[in-house]
Amino acid sequence: MTLDARIPSGSIDKAWEKTLFDMKLVNPANKRKHTILVIGSGLAGASAAASLGELGYNVRCFCFQDSPRRAHSIAAQGGINAAKNYQNDGDSVYRLFYDTVKGGDFRSREANVYRLAENSVKIIDQCVAQGVPFAREYGGSLANRSFGGALVSRTFYARGQTGQQLLLGAYQALERQIRAGKIKMFPRTEILDIIVIDGQARGLVTRNLITGDLSVHMGDAVVMATGGYGNVYYLSTNAKGSNATAIWRAYKRGALFANPCYTQIHPTCIPVSGDYQSKLTLMSESLRNDGRIWVPKAKGDKRPPNQIPPEDRDYYLERRYPAFGNLVPRDVASRNAKNVCDEGRGVGETGLGVYLDFKDAISRLGEQTIRERYGNLFDMYQRITDEDPYKVPMRIYPAIHYTMGGLWVDYYLQSTIPGLFVAGEANFSDHGANRLGASALMQGLSDGYFIIPYTVGDYLAKAKPGKVDESHPAVREAVVAVQQNIDRLLSIKGKRTVDSFHRELGKIVWEYCGMSRTAQGLEKAIGEIRALREEFWQNVTVPGSGKDLNQSLEKAGRVADFFELAELMCIDARHRNESCGGHFREEYQTAEGEAQRDDEHFSYVAAWGYTGPDSAPALNKEPLEFEYVHPSQRSYK
Amino acid sequence: MKLKLKIWRQRNSSDKGKFVDYAVDQVNPEMSMLECLDVLNETLIERGEEPVAFEHDCREGICGSCGFMINGVAHGPERATTVCQLTMRHFKDGQELVLEPWRARSFPAIKDLVVDRRSFDRIIEAGGYVSVSTGNAPDGNTIPIGKDVADHAMDAAACIGCGACVAACPNASSALFTGAKISHLGRLPQGQIEQDQRALNMVAQMNIEGFGNCTNIGECTAACPKEIPLEVIATMNRDYRRASRKSHKNHVRSVRPMTEWSNGSKLDIDPHATS
Repeated sequence: MTLDARIPSGSIDKAWEKTLFDMKLVNPANKRKHTILVIGSGLAGASAAASLGELGYNVRCFCFQDSPRRAHSIAAQGGINAAKNYQNDGDSVYRLFYDTVKGGDFRSREANVYRLAENSVKIIDQCVAQGVPFAREYGGSLANRSFGGALVSRTFYARGQTGQQLLLGAYQALERQIRAGKIKMFPRTEILDIIVIDGQARGLVTRNLITGDLSVHMGDAVVMATGGYGNVYYLSTNAKGSNATAIWRAYKRGALFANPCYTQIHPTCIPVSGDYQSKLTLMSESLRNDGRIWVPKAKGDKRPPNQIPPEDRDYYLERRYPAFGNLVPRDVASRNAKNVCDEGRGVGETGLGVYLDFKDAISRLGEQTIRERYGNLFDMYQRITDEDPYKVPMRIYPAIHYTMGGLWVDYYLQSTIPGLFVAGEANFSDHGANRLGASALMQGLSDGYFIIPYTVGDYLAKAKPGKVDESHPAVREAVVAVQQNIDRLLSIKGKRTVDSFHRELGKIVWEYCGMSRTAQGLEKAIGEIRALREEFWQNVTVPGSGKDLNQSLEKAGRVADFFELAELMCIDARHRNESCGGHFREEYQTAEGEAQRDDEHFSYVAAWGYTGPDSAPALNKEPLEFEYVHPSQRSYK
Repeated sequence: MKLKLKIWRQRNSSDKGKFVDYAVDQVNPEMSMLECLDVLNETLIERGEEPVAFEHDCREGICGSCGFMINGVAHGPERATTVCQLTMRHFKDGQELVLEPWRARSFPAIKDLVVDRRSFDRIIEAGGYVSVSTGNAPDGNTIPIGKDVADHAMDAAACIGCGACVAACPNASSALFTGAKISHLGRLPQGQIEQDQRALNMVAQMNIEGFGNCTNIGECTAACPKEIPLEVIATMNRDYRRASRKSHKNHVRSVRPMTEWSNGSKLDIDPHATS
């Protein structure tokens, strides 16, 4: 398959403007005749649904939670980037573009990233107008802070709850359109398949999680904004319900899956405390602005942190990266934490942790300032660990946090299935092999407020999807397949719980396809995943029926998809014989232990296509061309 | 440590429901209340029983999905803490915990500890927003907002919509939830244009949904995991009274409450058909 990303020709700073002008418009009076199905109500989904509703389309929006306000965008803490240059520190659209391409280790598409940087400024304006209570300076202007991986102060924030406030802004815009009758909301509804008719995305098979009823929803276009797949790892910072089922069904229906091995490990999470652990809690990266990261110099130094004198401490990030210090990008910070722990210098009971110490910042700025900046994060840490971070250094360890990979989309955010658009973390487009801090919120809202509403219209005007209804054989086929899958899960009645399989799957993927990977390890992982998947389909037990609220059944369906996705992640990681961003292959590193890219052979997007249940996925390549930001070895020294 | 759990089990909204006793022997003081239920559920599933249904998602205290009563207290004994962040170190070895769902007419029961909180969404739908469409916005710094004003708005905006305030209130009032949104938006210049209409519509919706009246008891703010201050209710009352006085021009518009689970179109296909 040749992949046409439909990147506009000409100068990059005019590309989006030109694309907008070249788009075909839908007659305002005809918009209400089109139904658009939006899956997910996070930043990307809610903003897309609301904006499409405002334009006059009929929108149906689906989420599995009890309310659209619960989507996991809500948990983002630190902030959202925008190239406003309010701080007069030399920021610009071009600099944000440059930083994002470089931060992504030269594995993202330049045109998309430039557009993202352009849209960033409009996002802030839109959110302020909605009443998002961003932090302010005493004079009344918007406040900014700097964030991991950036040397300018371009991050806007609302205490440590930026994601919550942005999501509530989008949720309120969504509710306004629900009231206006333009959006019909379907909470507690899971998408179990996508219906493709004559090569176009035309509908969804859904299951109501309360009644167990299956339904079909037909439409003229589908927007998937279902988030990332970090829950493959079982332990992640994702919400428990976050899942890949919708994008995985789309993959099986013909959408390509791009760069599945690009996963991001967040460096500042609270370490695991025991086997019962159900998820990992992230502490905002903004903590690295004032906290200093260290471990003891000597292996097995079990002294309490305040009894370890400065000369026995290794501030390893400051030592190795004098220019960026504790503010190096996430992948670099995470890998270094793993390395010092592998050397036996980790702290805490498990030895899987490093200190994040605020003592110097408190003596420099005073406890009050630190409390104002990070009070809620410190409280959260204390609540979980029962330790006071104002007195004792925090212990942190990396955890899976974000997935850069996702469904392949072109410049219009359309997947390889015409009429299926993918927005937010669910697509692969803007972050390359590593996402910069405070850029996920930016991308979700850029896609939802400022891209999808135009590109979906252009598709409808050009493709003119005709009328189809539920009597089409493809609809019947999809519904029957979904029901069979549910029946099969309920009928196995084996001995092991869904969670026990999920935990075991997570351990395999974390071990071999986590912070560092080897060809040999990945090979082993693929074998183990297949064996475990086989056991799952013979020995899982799902109590209850499919006729009411059955949380075990929901989990079972999601985990079944995670098995297949985990294998594809390992296949992708094994094929990419280089290290880039979050994908670190031990065989490919510089003498200093940094990631070594191979631009000659791997400067492309790996977009995998489904070929059948037991056959190997087909690799398609979208070559990446860098006209503006020339690939270089990332250096944060 | 070991705990005795007395948990409300109810198959569905038409089932009467009852308390069932369980013993959990492997409680680690570091685990959260929800992880403790996970451990119980794993044993129940292995025994072939149905696990306890409870709502949860982010498990870091921000999504507002989780919540139930522990010994009669919404979200349990720790202040400013949701059940997903409540660690077991706050309980004693051998203690008995009674877990039951939020009980309020406007939160119909679904199953075990899960209730239907869509009435909250409808209160927001009635007017909890600024009517600004995408693309309408001027530069973010055009309207300066004092730090104290923004901080104040943020205090109210921090509400996670979990429903603990309703569950804690003897009248099952949603005044704290509604007041929080009215206060958040009403404090900011962007939200002040619709202040009157917002108060009228949202208060009307609360009443239609069947939430009780506020009688200034204050249980709501004590139970609130985000410590939303009681003054948001005073703000709501003030806005409502002011709007009511000049209401001859205002038309109150509310949204129809809904208890059924809408499913889109009725499915014509027999999903069990083979072919």
